[in-house]
Amino acid sequence: MSEIRVEVERAIENAERLNGILNAFLTIDREYALRRVEKLEGADSHGKLHGIPIAVKDNICTSWTQTTCASRILSGYRPQYDATAVERLNKAGAVVIGKTNMDEFAMGSSNENSAFGLVKNPWDIERVPGGSSGGSAAAVAAGIVRVALGSDTGGSVRQPAAFCGVVGIKPTYGRVSRYGLVAFGSSLDQIGVLGKKVRDVAQVLEVISGRDEKDATSADVRVPEYLKLLDRDIKGVKIGVPRLLFSGGLDSEVKSAVEKAIEGFASLGTEIVEIDLPLLKYGIAVYYIIATAEASSNLARYDGVRYGFRAEGVNELRQMYYKTREEGFGEEVKRRIMLGTYVLSSGYYDAYYAKAQKVRTLLKRDFQAAFDKCDCIVMPTSPTTAFRIGEKTDDPLSMYLSDIYTVTANLVGIPAISIPCGVSKESLPIGLQILGKYWAEDLLLNLSNVYETAFPLDAKPKVHVQK
Amino acid sequence: MKNGWEAVIGMEIHVQLSTNTKIFCACPTSFGETPNSNTCPVCLGLPGALPVLNWRAVELGAKAALALGLKINPVSVFARKNYFYPDLPKGYQISQYDKPFSSDGILTIMTAERDEQGRAKEWKPMQIRIIRLHLEEDAGKNVHEGLPEVDKYSYIDLNRAGTPLAEIVTAPDFRSSWQAYDYVNHVRRVLQWVGASDADMEKGNLRCEANVSVRKIGETGFRPKVELKNLNSVRFMQRAIEYEINRQIETYESGGQIKQETRLWDEKAGCTRVMRSKEEAHDYRYFPEPDLPPLIVSEEWIEQIKSEMPELPDDMRDRFMKEYGLSFADASLLVSEKSLAEFYEQTTKLSGNPRMTANFILSEMLRELNEASITAAESLLKPENLAELIKLREEEKINNNQAKEVLVEMFKTGKTASQVIKEKGYEQISDTSLIEKLIDEVIEKNPSQVEAYRQGNQKLFGFLVGQVMKASQGKANPKIVNELLKKKL
Repeated sequence: MSEIRVEVERAIENAERLNGILNAFLTIDREYALRRVEKLEGADSHGKLHGIPIAVKDNICTSWTQTTCASRILSGYRPQYDATAVERLNKAGAVVIGKTNMDEFAMGSSNENSAFGLVKNPWDIERVPGGSSGGSAAAVAAGIVRVALGSDTGGSVRQPAAFCGVVGIKPTYGRVSRYGLVAFGSSLDQIGVLGKKVRDVAQVLEVISGRDEKDATSADVRVPEYLKLLDRDIKGVKIGVPRLLFSGGLDSEVKSAVEKAIEGFASLGTEIVEIDLPLLKYGIAVYYIIATAEASSNLARYDGVRYGFRAEGVNELRQMYYKTREEGFGEEVKRRIMLGTYVLSSGYYDAYYAKAQKVRTLLKRDFQAAFDKCDCIVMPTSPTTAFRIGEKTDDPLSMYLSDIYTVTANLVGIPAISIPCGVSKESLPIGLQILGKYWAEDLLLNLSNVYETAFPLDAKPKVHVQK
Repeated sequence: MKNGWEAVIGMEIHVQLSTNTKIFCACPTSFGETPNSNTCPVCLGLPGALPVLNWRAVELGAKAALALGLKINPVSVFARKNYFYPDLPKGYQISQYDKPFSSDGILTIMTAERDEQGRAKEWKPMQIRIIRLHLEEDAGKNVHEGLPEVDKYSYIDLNRAGTPLAEIVTAPDFRSSWQAYDYVNHVRRVLQWVGASDADMEKGNLRCEANVSVRKIGETGFRPKVELKNLNSVRFMQRAIEYEINRQIETYESGGQIKQETRLWDEKAGCTRVMRSKEEAHDYRYFPEPDLPPLIVSEEWIEQIKSEMPELPDDMRDRFMKEYGLSFADASLLVSEKSLAEFYEQTTKLSGNPRMTANFILSEMLRELNEASITAAESLLKPENLAELIKLREEEKINNNQAKEVLVEMFKTGKTASQVIKEKGYEQISDTSLIEKLIDEVIEKNPSQVEAYRQGNQKLFGFLVGQVMKASQGKANPKIVNELLKKKL
């Protein structure tokens, strides 16, 4: 048996076995994966990801198997085409073993909004893995796959990465093609990568990045060879710390872990500078207006007319729309569609959407000013460690507030990465977030890799595959 | 208009731009294909698919805008117009809203009121303010006929979804239905002229809507307007507007009120009917399309498009009047279609006789074109051949009636003038010795008439010419016959 077949079969077995506990996968496609292996075994040349098993979030289109967005409205929906990111993974020789669970249409921070059951955190199965890419984060944390694709609209890669003790990067807006990523907030969405090691994340990001003719918002900017830049000396890199933000609802354990990580960076020769981001506190308000406005429009196509779920027992058009969308969407999705419809309505547009766009412009200036003083900015990924299942489901506002540190990177469009920086007393991982200038993924990965090598995370999740 | 009322009319026209592929994907725009065969993930609105702008649609939009006197904006923004309908796959139409592709146009059209028989009274120029021309995508269409169980199901054909459109909106500058009529015809012609659109209402690639209100002359504000839809031809549109103006005036005069609403023209019944009230109007929740970057065009690019523009019909008409001494009516007719105007100019350059060229084209050729329902470009008759005919006629090689017959034959067969003349045996006899012989014969055969002429009966000269022509089977050059006969007598 070839090495890659062993790898892929082991990943599939682990995925199947652990799914009973974690529910990280919505689809595990053994047959497809083995067909891929066969093809790769016969191939003359090897791509950058030759034979590497990988998991893909279920809002990224795959032509060979269903793409549901963890929504009843797309249950059983099989796309006609592969997302550009998937196409590039396949071309590089990766083997997609399955599609991961998520919050419905990527709306959520806990993975409790999946129509197909919640995902459990491998560190503590009483707790959420974060969201919305909770399935991808859990699959990586449990050691089923080394890398997985997620998507990040307001922190959906970074926050679950922090909750599950793995690395997660959201690239610059326009770095990775959105073609085939089912849209939530189109001006914020980016496909990101989650991985156990910075090196794996860098390798996959290198493969999926770059201009795509099919996405008018993808940028024609050269993609560096991230892997080759991982071990550069980070001495003299200026790290900005917005210390005023380290307060409010920030958990003291998270705070001290982040402070310690900053000291760690200082010990590696970087220069720590104090910065101020006075407008960051408006991020949540701005984000939940823009993201919901775009979502209300993006989700209009799920009307029961052409594909996906259609309600039974209707005999009239309006009724078909109402019933299909009433039954097909979950509570959180409906809440956000209503919010978004409201903020775009005539008479409210200027007060909400237009104003939010203005503040978004100011936020960009805020960051520009900060980046005049430093090369990157560090802050917590999430104000807390993974919370308990059901803890915030009745309080959407407190759930929204937990995105305080992550949404801004999406609003501004800059890249950001979350890396593990310790565990709490309850043995729950804590994430450190590093935000960079536009297109500076290379520096983020470089810093992360040097840090990871110097301060490796010793702790391991309770649910983990045996070697 | 009666009792001191005036009409206030604004027009919205949608035209399909003549691209080969759709505005946001590479699907063909070909008409009459199997339902849903011209589709892909993008125009089907499948999850995850994204629009990419077809630059050809922008070029044609620019030509249309320039032809209508609009300014092209250096930055314009696509916006989503949100509403639910089964023929709208994404649940929104990609259009433009507060930052349109072009705006602030002033267009001069020729317009005339018509008499009872529909004949134009007096053509006068009129300036129209065109507020904007923006780019957008078309929707698909619902099909309710010709398929199984249509009582139970509606069908959807998305072949048309994503076809590029330009929407052209005027200020409420029209004061009569005929002004609106002349405006739509003007737009149709110039868009065809510059190649931006086929603008064929029957194929649905030009659709128009009229916003109609009335007010007392002297009022400066506007009363509630009615939007008229289902105007399937320019003539229907004119009738619908006329009906609506009268309906509104009568309503006000009998003490009633007009509500802002959308009404449909019913051509069979000859009246408009309510489609939806203002309260039922959609809130489209426009916002900038995040999937497309702003559309930016450079000054150089606009100049490039301008340099590719043909001379516009009204400019050409004025030039024909000045350069070729044609009347307004003749010049207007010649520029009614681009290839006809080009045919005229080419022929005139070759024949050197603008007057006679215009006469032949406007009488004989135009009639033949209309009968065959083709354009000058599609005709077998070519400018060089018509020019040859005109020269032969000028040289009196054939007479006028013969020339007309020759033209018809050339039109039908594509043969040259000399070929046809030869086949018909129309070559004129200009050989003086031959003609002299014929004259001698005629004089010999008609002694009494010759005598009477010599006594002073001038009328008989014509008779004698006729006899000579007859003897020559009509081929003798009448000018030479005249001269020689006079001498002999």
